[in-house]
Parts: sequence; C-alpha cells; structure tokens
Amino acid sequence: MSDNTITRRGALKVIAGSAALGAAASCTPDELARSTESAHETLSGFDPLPPANPRAAGTLTDPDMLAPVVPWEMVLTDEEMRQVAALADVIIPADERSPAASAVGVPDYINEFVSAPAHKEHLTRLRGGLAWLNRTARERFGATDFPALTTAQQQEICDEICFEPDTPDALKPQARFFDGFRDWVSTGFWTTQEGMRDLGYMGNVPLPSFDGPPPEVLEQLGLAGEDLG
Amino acid sequence: MSQTPTYDAIVVGSGAGGGIAAFILATSGLRVLMLEAGRDYDPLRETPMFQLPKDAPLRGAGTPEKPFGFYDATVDGGWQVPGEPYSVADGSEFMWWRSRMLGGRTNHWGRISLRMGEYDFKPRSRDGLGFDWPMSYEDVAPYYDRTESLIGVYGSNEGLENTPNSSPGVLQPPPKPRAYELLTRKACRRMGIPVVPAHLAIMTQTQDPDRLPGEIFPNNDLARRVTADSMRGRAACYWATPCGRGCSIRANFQSTTVLIPPALATGNLEVRTGAMVREVTVDSQGRATGVHYIDKATLLDEFAAARVVVLAASACESARILLNSTSNQFPDGLANSSGLVGKYVMDTVGAGVYSQIPALQSLPPHNEDGASAMHMYMPWWLYGEQLRGQLDFPRGYHIEFGGGRRSAPGFGAFSGLEPLTQGSYGQRFKDDCRRYYGSFMGFDGRGEMIPNEDCYCEIDPDNVDRYGIPVLKFHWKWADHELNQALHMQRTFAEIVDEMGGTLLSTVQTDGARAISKGGQIIHEVGGAIMGDDRRSSVLNQYCQSWDVPNLFVTDGAPFVSNADKNPTLSIMAIAWRASDYIVEQLGQRSIG
Repeated sequence: MSDNTITRRGALKVIAGSAALGAAASCTPDELARSTESAHETLSGFDPLPPANPRAAGTLTDPDMLAPVVPWEMVLTDEEMRQVAALADVIIPADERSPAASAVGVPDYINEFVSAPAHKEHLTRLRGGLAWLNRTARERFGATDFPALTTAQQQEICDEICFEPDTPDALKPQARFFDGFRDWVSTGFWTTQEGMRDLGYMGNVPLPSFDGPPPEVLEQLGLAGEDLG
Repeated sequence: MSQTPTYDAIVVGSGAGGGIAAFILATSGLRVLMLEAGRDYDPLRETPMFQLPKDAPLRGAGTPEKPFGFYDATVDGGWQVPGEPYSVADGSEFMWWRSRMLGGRTNHWGRISLRMGEYDFKPRSRDGLGFDWPMSYEDVAPYYDRTESLIGVYGSNEGLENTPNSSPGVLQPPPKPRAYELLTRKACRRMGIPVVPAHLAIMTQTQDPDRLPGEIFPNNDLARRVTADSMRGRAACYWATPCGRGCSIRANFQSTTVLIPPALATGNLEVRTGAMVREVTVDSQGRATGVHYIDKATLLDEFAAARVVVLAASACESARILLNSTSNQFPDGLANSSGLVGKYVMDTVGAGVYSQIPALQSLPPHNEDGASAMHMYMPWWLYGEQLRGQLDFPRGYHIEFGGGRRSAPGFGAFSGLEPLTQGSYGQRFKDDCRRYYGSFMGFDGRGEMIPNEDCYCEIDPDNVDRYGIPVLKFHWKWADHELNQALHMQRTFAEIVDEMGGTLLSTVQTDGARAISKGGQIIHEVGGAIMGDDRRSSVLNQYCQSWDVPNLFVTDGAPFVSNADKNPTLSIMAIAWRASDYIVEQLGQRSIG
C-alpha cells in the first residue's frame, strides 16, 4: 500500500494539492497551502476547517469526511498486485504528459476497490481475469505470468479482449473483465493530482469571481457573440 | 393539562419546514423546543470543503451507506437508515430517503429554488385533474419574497408563463453561464426551448444586513437584529466545492447555517437532537398537549409539553407520527377524521439522458466549477400545447442539465466509453480520455406528478423500528400522466443532443416504466396530510392547521396538494412561514393553545 492510500491527508494538504492545478504550478506545496488557506480566509472571513471532525461517529453512515480512512483490510497478495500493476500500465502507460497508472497508486486503488466488503463479486472477477492472462502468457509465450511478457506480447493478448462486441463468445467473460478493469484504472488514474493536471482540471480553488468562459473558449465554440448576462 | 407547559411550541424536525417554523416562532418571542431525530451537526466545522475524490474511500463513490458519495453532507441517512426500516407493498416500488441530522435534507439538497406559479396553485381549475390549493399564488407571493430574501437566491426575472418574477431587489444576480450552458442555449433557441438563469439558494454576493432584515421584518425588532447578525456572518460563494457537501462559509442555504443559528440567538429556542418523536398526545378536549419521543442516547421514552405542536419531520414521517398517535378519541390516528392522512403521496417525475458533445472536445483548459450547481435551466415551455390537448400528458417539467468540466473527476471518470472508443486502451485510451474530457453532458427532466389513489403510505401492522415505533408501508403506482411525460422528456433531450451535434450514450426508452424514476428516488415526496377548503376532503387548512386538532400544525411537504415541477423546498419554506405567522397570531389571540 502506498502512503497516499493508507494515510489520508488533512484538509490543508488537500487544499495545497488542488491549488497546484491552477496557474501557480511553480509554487511548492507549502506555499500553495498558505496561499489557498489565505484565499479561503480572505474571500469568506472564515477560519480554515480543523483537520478532523470530533462529531463524526466514524461509521459508514457517519464517517469523518475531514480525515477519511478506508475501514476495510486489503486482500490482494503481492503477486496479484504485481499483475494488477502490469495490466494497469498496459491500459494507461506513461507518456510525455503524465506517468503510468502504477506510478500514481492505481494498483492500490484497485486493491481498495476489490477488497471492499460489498465488492466480493468484483474480487472474483479480477482473480478470474488475472488467472486467464497468466495462463495465456504461459501457453502462448512460455512466460511465467503476464507481467513477464514484453509490452507487445501483453498488447497482443489484450487486443483479443479489449472490445466485447468484437470478442469471440468463448472470451466474453475475459472481455467483460477487461472492460471493468479499464474503468477501475480510469477512475484510479484520472482522479489523482497527476491525472487532473493532465486533463487540465483547474477548479477546486477559491475565486473572488466567476467570470464565465475565457474568450478563446467562446471563440472555439462559435459563441463569441453570445450574451453572458 | 392544568399547568402551563414549559414551551409555547414544539417543532418536530429541523429541516426546511421545521427550521422556518422555529425561526419565525422564536423571533416572535415564543418559547420553542425543536426535536430532531438525528445528531447535532455544524456545517462550519464539519464540511469537507476542498477534499478531493482521491482522498476518500473508493474515490468518493456512492455506496448504500452514502448514496450520493462519501463527501455528501448527509449523516446517517439515505434510502435505507440502519434500524429504521419501512415496507413496500407487493407490486410497488418506493424508496424513502431520510437524513438523521440537524438540518435534515437541507444540508445536502440541490438548492434549486423555483416558485410555484399561479397555475400550480389551481391545477384542477386548469385541467380538471388533481386538486386546487386552498390559497392562490398571490397569497403566498409575499412569503416567497421573504424566504428568498432571507436565504439568498440567485436568478433572474424573465416574466415567463407560470414562472413568477420575484419582487425587485429580492433575487441575487445569477452567475455567468458556463461554456456548455451557452452552447445548449444556442441549440435550444433554434428549438424554441427557453434556457434562462436557474434559481438556486446560493449567494453570489453578500446580503445587505442594513436593508434586507427591515424589509423582511418591518415590525419585529428581535427578528431584524438576529437576522442582520446572521447575514453579517455569511460569505458569498467563492466558486469552489460542491454544495451537496454543505457549506462552511454559509454561502448556500442550509437550515443549520441560515435558520437555526439566528433562532438560537433569540434565546427562545432549545434544540434537542437524538429525539425520535413517535406520538402526539391529546387531552380530553382533543387538543394536542405535547409529544412522546425516544431519547436515542438512553433509549428511554420522554415527554415534552407545549401549547402548540408543529410537525415538520418530512412528509411521510409526519404522516407516520399522526397515524401512530392513536387513542380512544382518535382510533385511526390524529387529525385523520377525513381518512386522508398518508394519502396522496407524490414525488417528482425524473427521466434523463447522457450524451457526448463533440463541440466541447479539446477545449482550452479553464475553471468551470462555478456555483457547483446549474447556472441555467429550462423552465416548462409547452403550456399552450398542453392546454390545447396536443400532448399526451397534462403537466409540465423543467430541464436540469450539467456536465462539462464542472467539479473534479471522480469515481466513474471515463467509464463506459466503449461506444466512442471501440475499446481503446494504452496510449490511444489516454488520448481518448483527454479528447473527450469536458464533452459529456447529462439532461434530466423534473416533472409534475398528479396525486392519485394508488400512491400512499399506511402503518405496517407487522413491523416496528429499533425504537419500537410501527413503520410505514408504501404503495406506489405511476399513472400514464407521468409515464408519458417521462417518455417526452427523453425524446426531447435526444432532440437537444442531436441539435447540438452530439451522441446519446444512454437509451431513449419507448416504455415509460423504463424511462421513469422510482417513486421516492427524486426525494421530492410531498403530500400525506393535504390541505384544503373542506375538513372532509383534507387534513389541514391553508395555514397547515389540523381541522380536527386546532393547535396541531404540519409545515413540511405533507400539506402539498400538488407537486409542481418546481422542487418543493422553497415552497415548503414559504408555506411554513405563512403558517408560522398564523400560529403567532392565533397564540396571541389565545384562540389556540
């Protein structure tokens, strides 16, 4: 488990992180924390929130939303985590704009997801899917398991199951597994700081005014003459 | 009761209806006890204002325990509450939402604040269906003005049919439209569908503490003072973090930030949380004497006495309390000589589509969070066609729409893209996500349901909750009015998406039962103790006062006799305010209590 999954961060660090998505990308996290905290105070006149909520009962229906924790145990083995990481990186590899899925904690998120008590069927589907990938890696390429393959070999296998409508009937369960896994990777990746920055999400920062779309957006949409009210 | 009760009024519930009642009664100098079934809750210290999905379990996904996601303000609530079951009759589908916290559902609600119009108060007179209200729009209009001025509502006066203007100086300026809202407006303009600023209980500017309290309370020094102090402590929206989490800077309306603090500041209000009311008691003359409640901390039954009892526990919970208040005098439940307690429960009709709009792809990055909720919406626009019988459903709906780059990517981001991506993965998938980011839009209809005989709740004789209180059993059946309306919604949204050059990602149904939401799913349940002109055909009069028990009032959604497409919270507050003024007047004349 990586640090950011087990140890949830307090409000100020979250504020710092979100501010990092804005224009001030050159600031250090501490500087951003101070500037966002100060923006919150300046704009609202309210003190920043405390780091935890003593009123919350800590139950599933009344969790401490200021200091979230995952209340269940993680169940995937180290081997399974290695295989999850390999497949996650086939789905979201590193490129010049952002890191690969495994570099931003996606395997930990998938472990958290399939370990949830309500998600036992997902856990079974994951294990069944990994078993098929490993078996195919051995049968087709003589490799010990899926992570041992080259990227090209991994892609050759994934090509067969990446789109259910084109998948032969015998592989439909694998295609459904792959589809679900891709959704997990997607949530796990794009919700991270790196993922949001890659997408250009610039919100979650206090602003003195909301000015509507900038001119270049209106221009691209052919809305340059629209009344903004 | 021979001795004077400790309290002038007991208010059961602390949400929209209870909050207003407690605020008006306490600022009028009455001694008020508020009983709330849930725990104490303080948005100023508990709201997760900037927490991101990545810091929450399951990236903030909705779960049975937190249906609207981890950070949703709701505490100990949802469509299932542990230890507080309800039954649903065979063949019915109904979901009953509760929030067990101070402020109730006003903490997480959508803040959409639309006035009912003149047609909405007299629907039967217009099309022969349902019931007319015992009062008119003109009777309630001053209370809409006061409510909007007090809570802070942004919007504009467009002068559209059955979509009332507010009085000058009442509404706050609407926020500027987002890119996808402008694009939608342009397409809808060609289709004759109005897209205008939405009305939401979110402050785009601070309130004027020197002007507004005097306008709201011209003859009440105490109310003016505590209201001015409260307004000074509220900030304007700073355009970040979703309102459904609540608001620690008090920029949006919650009973817990706007009503309860100034009511407490009068010194006339006592709030008791963890108090689950089960029964209203009456004396030999049939007058309410107080309520029994279970103290959740001790699980002991307690009693509180007052001159007046105001139920505002939410429409169905108030009906439940009345039905459980049986005695030799009232064997069928209190205030139920009409037999209508629990009857004519309504929800809002919901149906929607999800779509992808290519024009919104690959836009230059910009911050589109805004007020987190809608800046624009479409009010119902086919009143004429409906009146001429050109549609196969009699009542209207409004359209809520969202998408774009609003709020941080969360659980489910870029899920279900196969129809667009042909199953891409790897670098191609990464590029697909970047390209499609901000180009998804959802359209949701929120339509009027007409009350019918098949939608009601009653006491389930076989089951009690963990406090030993008999539970409700729900019966539900949509009529063709609603089913046809839901189909019209989806067809219309598909046309809008088409006009925008987009692709539908959800199915447009041809069977209304597959298009429509479940009863209770939109969480606008009203009715169950309807008001009227006649004690034989209604439970309450136009002041929310029981015909049978003159010192018993119901000020939540239960008195509603229709459920216009106007999201009930604002109307609950306006009508509760009107009823509260009446209570003050009647207590002053000693004609009740």
